[in-house]
Amino acid sequence: MMESASVTAEVIVAQAVSIFDVGDGFVLPVLIKLVFVLALFFVLPLVGGYLEHKAMGRMQARRGPVEAGPFGSLQLVADGIKFIQKEDLIPRAADKWVFAIAPGVALVPAMLIFLVLPFGPGVFALDLELGLFYALAASSVSVLGVLMGGWASANKFSLIAGLRAGAQLIAYELPLILAAIAVAVQAGTLSLVGIVEAQANFLIPGTEINLWFVFPQILGFGIFFVAALAELSRPPFDMPIGDSELVFGYMTEYTGIKYAMYMLTEYAGMISMSALTVVLYLGGWQLLPGVPLPGCEAGGGLFDCSPVGVISGVLITIGKIMALVFVMVWFRVAFPRLREDQLQRISWLVLIPLSLLNLAVITVAKVVF
Amino acid sequence: MSDLETQEAFAPGTAPGEGIAFEILGDAEFPTADMSLSIGPAHPATHGVFRIVLEVSGERIKSATPVIGYMHRGFEKLAEHRDFRQIKALVNRHDWLSGFSNELGVALAVEKMLEMEVPDRAQWIRMLMAEWNRILNHLMFVGSYALELGAITPMFYAFREREDIQHLMESATGGRLHFTYNQVGGLKVDLPKGFMRQSHGLSKLLRSRLPDYKDLVLGNEIFQARTKGIGPLPADVGLSIGVSGPTLQATGVAEDSRVTEPYLKYGEIDVHVPVGENGDSFDRFYCLLHRIEASLDIIDQIHDHMPAGPVNQKLPKMVKAPEGATYVRTENPLGQLGYWLESDGGRTPWRLKMRTPSFSNVQAIPYLMQDTLFPDAISILGSVFFVVGDIDR
Amino acid sequence: MAATSLPGTGLLKGLGVTIKHLFREPSTQMYPHERPDLAPRTRGVIALMDENCTVCMLCSRECPDWCIYIESHKETVPPAKEGGRARTRNVLDRFAIDFSLCMYCGICVEVCPFDALWWSPEFEYAEYSIDGLLHEMGRLREWMDTVPPPPQLDEGAELPAEVADAIGKVEQERELAAAKEAEAQQAAEAPAEGGGEKAAAGAAPKQAEIHVEAGQIDQETYDALIAEGKSERMARAKAKAAWVKKEKARLRAEQEAERGGAGGGDAAEQPAAAAGDAGDGDAADTGEAADAGAAPAKRRLSDVEVEGDGEIDQETYDALIAEGKSERIARSKAKAAWVKKKKQEQLDQEEGG
Repeated sequence: MMESASVTAEVIVAQAVSIFDVGDGFVLPVLIKLVFVLALFFVLPLVGGYLEHKAMGRMQARRGPVEAGPFGSLQLVADGIKFIQKEDLIPRAADKWVFAIAPGVALVPAMLIFLVLPFGPGVFALDLELGLFYALAASSVSVLGVLMGGWASANKFSLIAGLRAGAQLIAYELPLILAAIAVAVQAGTLSLVGIVEAQANFLIPGTEINLWFVFPQILGFGIFFVAALAELSRPPFDMPIGDSELVFGYMTEYTGIKYAMYMLTEYAGMISMSALTVVLYLGGWQLLPGVPLPGCEAGGGLFDCSPVGVISGVLITIGKIMALVFVMVWFRVAFPRLREDQLQRISWLVLIPLSLLNLAVITVAKVVF
Repeated sequence: MSDLETQEAFAPGTAPGEGIAFEILGDAEFPTADMSLSIGPAHPATHGVFRIVLEVSGERIKSATPVIGYMHRGFEKLAEHRDFRQIKALVNRHDWLSGFSNELGVALAVEKMLEMEVPDRAQWIRMLMAEWNRILNHLMFVGSYALELGAITPMFYAFREREDIQHLMESATGGRLHFTYNQVGGLKVDLPKGFMRQSHGLSKLLRSRLPDYKDLVLGNEIFQARTKGIGPLPADVGLSIGVSGPTLQATGVAEDSRVTEPYLKYGEIDVHVPVGENGDSFDRFYCLLHRIEASLDIIDQIHDHMPAGPVNQKLPKMVKAPEGATYVRTENPLGQLGYWLESDGGRTPWRLKMRTPSFSNVQAIPYLMQDTLFPDAISILGSVFFVVGDIDR
Repeated sequence: MAATSLPGTGLLKGLGVTIKHLFREPSTQMYPHERPDLAPRTRGVIALMDENCTVCMLCSRECPDWCIYIESHKETVPPAKEGGRARTRNVLDRFAIDFSLCMYCGICVEVCPFDALWWSPEFEYAEYSIDGLLHEMGRLREWMDTVPPPPQLDEGAELPAEVADAIGKVEQERELAAAKEAEAQQAAEAPAEGGGEKAAAGAAPKQAEIHVEAGQIDQETYDALIAEGKSERMARAKAKAAWVKKEKARLRAEQEAERGGAGGGDAAEQPAAAAGDAGDGDAADTGEAADAGAAPAKRRLSDVEVEGDGEIDQETYDALIAEGKSERIARSKAKAAWVKKKKQEQLDQEEGG
């Protein structure tokens, strides 16, 4: 008992301090953090969406948006304004209350994940002790909104989509969590900041070479990314949307701002899942393994940074996130959609055994070295 | 939990999920009611107003019933009140992706009745145009079939190619979809200068781009997982239903009017007919894609053969087919197109019966969709290539 | 595709194809900023050359959608020559195409025997109201400015009749010239005067070569235009032009009379008419016109005046009734048949006498 308590205390002590914790008051830091989270939540998905528009366009031999704003960069803003103006239709047979709150149920958890995501040295709202656990838990709540929307629309296509989304969540939550656990085991912490720090300090046993977790856990990285795609219903795992078979699935009956909320959830999910992947496997705000940021001192050159270090750290993180978003877009451009039973088969017969193997290997290695 | 009763707690018309009957049963068995799912008339996978009523249990299809006629425009009746020049503008609208081939069928039928000798050059140009039209059509389906399986990109590539071909055909015919280039006895006007050079260049360009489709679609493991073994059609069933075109060739039957019953000058060149083995969705798509290549081969041969000379002949002021009847069949992009033309000697046909490939092809759908999964239904629906206007006429 | 390839190669190839396109120039046409490059034959909009229209109604009748509206009236043109016969001529009052009905089949352009209808590749005439798609004569005339010249034909194409004729003529002339040259060389001392004379005689004076000082107006034209409701300015301008034209015609007639070669004018006109008829392989459609040109001496049925007063041709009437036609139709057709018969009789008499 005593031992475990002391361990907990040590972890709490080791928690990093956010740069937004200014002054001694309570209100001011909370306000700043709220603004920070909301800004991230509304800006990054737009950037990701713009990247998707443009990259997808160019890969499909077209240009993507060009008219709204410079190089079409304000297209999504224009789309948002259009969505707000649209009539809000609720089908007569729909379960009105469930139908109305479902997009919110999907949207809010996607927003809450941003609370714990570290974007740079000290650039995060909260460094929860159970950050990883919190992020994964919050991410899976979104599916509830999808399920509710699918059920409440009183549309057969939406219903099938909702059930598919539910089945998909159950199948892919497991490999996602198992892969993440392996990282937690290797890092020895569930705090996301702690995991970044652990990556900065991880050396190949017997040498002085610093490595990110993606190298020892390349298998886990692959599983995590694929599972994240499936959980976000991104192609090639977009059966709950399935525009050519389920006519946009759970979103079929939604119009206007509610539809926009679902879309925002999807893009926010892309950002948050990419950010989690960056934090868990790609060394957070490190530029290269073993290379300290300019002006940073503590924690292998990751903490106690000058403003230059902070800004470069944030830019590096966002760059990595966008690179992963690009890969998601790339998959969407190149691949057809799988079938629901094939997706389940991949999960239960391939990904889960592999992630268990990964976890076992990592655990054994952690104990041995 | 063993009360076997249907809950009717909600007043009909107001209840959420109205129309779904609940039955609460014991733990041992959990029977569910089948759901009837109506795909279409406005559904993206039917590309048009085609409807299939599926009886599904979960995602498994118990039965599929195509419902046609939403787009019936009465072509056969309309044709009875149009002279042959006007019919030409009419028939290139039933299968709007194969405008040239359709009007070719009518022109051939009237010429056959008049026992008219069409100038050689006109026949070769007709073949050239028909093959370009075939590629135009197939590219559309290459794109749309991939789109139905969730791959968005091939559609854009296919449309880029289509744009080039349409531009080429427009330079000769003036139309991009409804060409109205044929006339009884030949063609409206000869090719413009530089057409042959452009046609040659385009065929080369297309050849260089075809591998992209093979890499992106045909070779893709996900695509193969979605199509291989899905909706296999045995050759005898296919023949008894009357399917034709890529749908029949996928079953291993190399039936193609261009080979088995050559019209125009197809007898003078080599026509390769790609065939499949299992008749499943993959084979149907395989045949479709390889028919593009085969058409390019034909186009190259036509380039070498193209004679000089007139492309049309003097016609009487009003073309009248002599009394009698004839049947002409051509290999349209989607399969066998037949026109039964019966004339009483007047300026309009007495009867023009169309045997359209799409109509026959969709007859295979109930057979193919039996006991498949719902996403497979889309995979089958897309691979039995049809145009709704061609079904409903 | 190799059946034994490693799992995942297909996926990687797909990724390769798409990433390859990322670095290629997109194939998009930036439409409103860049104009599409459309072929001359593109069927965009139908233009009307109203001067060429003779109100033959072929286009309107052949249109599968019946979307061409033509209104006209007959005008009597005073005889061109002293003692000639007054002619009637159709004057186009309204020519409208309803593009909301048009299906762009091009049959009207195809059947037009006098090249009054043309295709233009212009396509930007969408309207907020469907009424705006009914293009009246003025609008259709404006499209004429956008009609591109027809493209040259492919190398293997048969030459158009008039071009083939012209080439034949040029070749004949060349042969003639070559023969002449040979003759001239043989008789080197005597300069070939004949050639020069022939050229002078052959060149019938064209209207443009005759210079007429403009300034007066043609009162008749002026009055007619004012009566039509044209503005004074326009009427004056047109009347001036009409006067100049008339003067030129008068001067030319005088010159020709002086020269004594009265046939020159007719000869110049005939080939022009022939060339007009042979346009675009539609010669078959213009059969009537060609007939008229070929045998001007022979009187036709339409030239004979017959006064009909309700008589009907009983034979035709009975036949039509037997066919099951309505009485009204049978009566009108029988009437026409009677008139025709009478005309034929009269014509036969004249020719016989």
